[in-house]
Amino acid sequence: MMEQIYLTIALAPLVGAIYAGFFGSLLGRMATTIITIAGVLISTVLSFYVFNHHVLEGGEVFNQNLYTWMQIGELNVSVGFLIDNLTAIMLVVVSFVSLMVHIYTIGYMHDDAGYTKFFSYISLFTFSMFMLVMSNNFMQLFFGWEAVGLISYLLIGFWHHKESAVEANLKAFLVNRVGDFGFLLGIALVLMYFGSLDYVEVFASLGNVTGITMLDGASVITVICILLFIGAMGKSAQVPLHVWLPGSMEGPTPISALIHAATMVTAGIFMVSRMSPMFELSETALIVVMVVGAITALFMGLLGIVQNDIKKVVAYSTLSQLGYMTVALGVSAYSVAIFHLMTHAFFKALLFLAAGSVIVALHHKQDIREMGGLRKKMPITYWTSLVGTLALIGFPGFAGFYSKDMIIEAVHFSQLPFSDWVYVAVVIGVFITAFYSLRMFFLVFHGESRMDEHTASHVKESSISITLPLVALAIPSAVIGYLTIDPMLFNGWLDNAITVAANHASMASLEANFHGANAMVPHALQTLPFWMMVGGIASAWVLTLYKSQWADWIQKKFHRSNYVLESLYGFDRFNDIVFVGGVKKLGNFLWKVSDSGLIDKILVNGSARFVGFIASMVRPIQTGYVYHYAFFMIVSLLIILTWVLFAGDNPLLEL
Amino acid sequence: MVSLSDYLILSSVIFCIGLVGIFVNRTNIITLLMCVELILAAVNTNFIAFSHFLGNEAGQIFVFFILTVAAAEVAIGLAILTLLFRVRGSIEVDVTNSLKG
Repeated sequence: MMEQIYLTIALAPLVGAIYAGFFGSLLGRMATTIITIAGVLISTVLSFYVFNHHVLEGGEVFNQNLYTWMQIGELNVSVGFLIDNLTAIMLVVVSFVSLMVHIYTIGYMHDDAGYTKFFSYISLFTFSMFMLVMSNNFMQLFFGWEAVGLISYLLIGFWHHKESAVEANLKAFLVNRVGDFGFLLGIALVLMYFGSLDYVEVFASLGNVTGITMLDGASVITVICILLFIGAMGKSAQVPLHVWLPGSMEGPTPISALIHAATMVTAGIFMVSRMSPMFELSETALIVVMVVGAITALFMGLLGIVQNDIKKVVAYSTLSQLGYMTVALGVSAYSVAIFHLMTHAFFKALLFLAAGSVIVALHHKQDIREMGGLRKKMPITYWTSLVGTLALIGFPGFAGFYSKDMIIEAVHFSQLPFSDWVYVAVVIGVFITAFYSLRMFFLVFHGESRMDEHTASHVKESSISITLPLVALAIPSAVIGYLTIDPMLFNGWLDNAITVAANHASMASLEANFHGANAMVPHALQTLPFWMMVGGIASAWVLTLYKSQWADWIQKKFHRSNYVLESLYGFDRFNDIVFVGGVKKLGNFLWKVSDSGLIDKILVNGSARFVGFIASMVRPIQTGYVYHYAFFMIVSLLIILTWVLFAGDNPLLEL
Repeated sequence: MVSLSDYLILSSVIFCIGLVGIFVNRTNIITLLMCVELILAAVNTNFIAFSHFLGNEAGQIFVFFILTVAAAEVAIGLAILTLLFRVRGSIEVDVTNSLKG
């Protein structure tokens, strides 16, 4: 019974995608919309049922292989489902956000020629994401991992007539290959040392591998964890593999919300949480995870301050929030990471969709310097954005407040080396988050209108298919943190999926200091992060609304740091020079020296020329004169006869 | 009494004349053909001489075959020469070097 339900959850969007993809032009827009949305709706309803069954009613963990994908010697690769509470939570988040994005797309892509294609892609994405989170083995995880990457690539380049979009999707694809390479190596090591790719079997035999070393002393577990984390860095856009995510904003806004904020980019976080029994065994890997996360959280947030494209600001905030989640993973607070993943999925999808609503209203203008005063004209977008922004900056009571506060506290309690520095980074990050979020919010919705006459006269609230998802996402963005913090973090929702070693005390300390969701709000007023946030809001207000000329003054005064930020720390330039340039140089070298020089000149033409050279040496013998030939024949005959008769092994005549 | 070695000396003299004729001849291919005939004649002389002194007639019968083949060869050679003259307008040995590499 449950097996059928799980299968239906995964396959319903696939059916929709196939119909929309192959028969979209035949069926027309209306039918395509209905089929794909029906598919995702079925998945969503069933996901809630599964959530209820597993999380609320405490149903048995389902772990079963459904189909043998391939049999290679001893290795049996299956398609199978592992449904525990972690998967159930992910299913609800993915299906709900996906459903909202499907509905939103009706309005957003209304005038686009690729309407049915777009629906097909996002349904296919939903299927892939389900396969990723429901997998019970590494191979299927990798399948889902690559499939979501592929669809991300297709959707970033959806408007393929735009050169920047094509460049961005190529960049996303290539950067993800780097991460996937590490990921694949990690999986290969798992197979090599554990002899199995099944999660449960691998986790059960962890004890056999602990203590084994490779490569002159590196622990195998550490190497595997770091390689897997490199995969997560690619997918979840951690420094230095983050460069593709801002570029991915070239795609249509619904996919920025679905793929590049709510679901796909959190696949890395999900994967590390899933691997928690393994990561718990490697202190080194956890430190790497934590430090990378902290760097991403702080420095990517800083970049959000200088961005002027509405989607880019949200994109950098996504990077920064992913950094927060990674930090939580690093300090062994996996459930907090999943908690933040969930709240972030709602409020960040909301912010992206709201940004899309603004973009539609302004006829695809994205520069926040040319907006302003939209509050009156777009009230629903305004209020939902406000909820999303408050959730993002962690305003007490909103969803992001609980999750982010828990992350900061978890770092505070962590005993890992460098955790003090990471604590400083995440606390400063709160100020920065509040600053760039409110800066964008004020610039877009408050103050004087800076739009041109023509645009301003056409601005109106978006249609129902756009505002409905906004409202539907605003509700969980506001309340989900309050409702789920207690059961999710401290009452065992995730206990059957996540393992925390006894010596990593963050979660235990969090629990000891937790006095209910209600107590957190008044308590927040006495904590540093809250005042950092207030400071961020205040400085954003001063610099955008109260004295906006001060912002220019600061920009001039600190033009050096401004330059560093605006050049995005030079990651792109570095990649351009070192990797792109290096590969080009290497390619040139191989082309000129190896291909053109060695193979073409020496091997191919060389052998021909060698034959020619020998021929030119021998050719003068062929004079064409009969008497020369005759002479040679006779003389040769004489020599041979002399040899045979008088010399040689067995002379016929004695001299 | 004429001994075997006299015949052999005679035949080698004829052979060498033919050989030298082939080597040093620069004018005419007909001369070449004639020199080839000389060489064959030298061989024939050998055959007959040995046949006579060894008391075996097979050698003398062989000579008939050689003469026949030589006649055929000359016929073909002359035919080729005629064609060569038509094509190139000359049968000088130095001109006919189209096999030159």
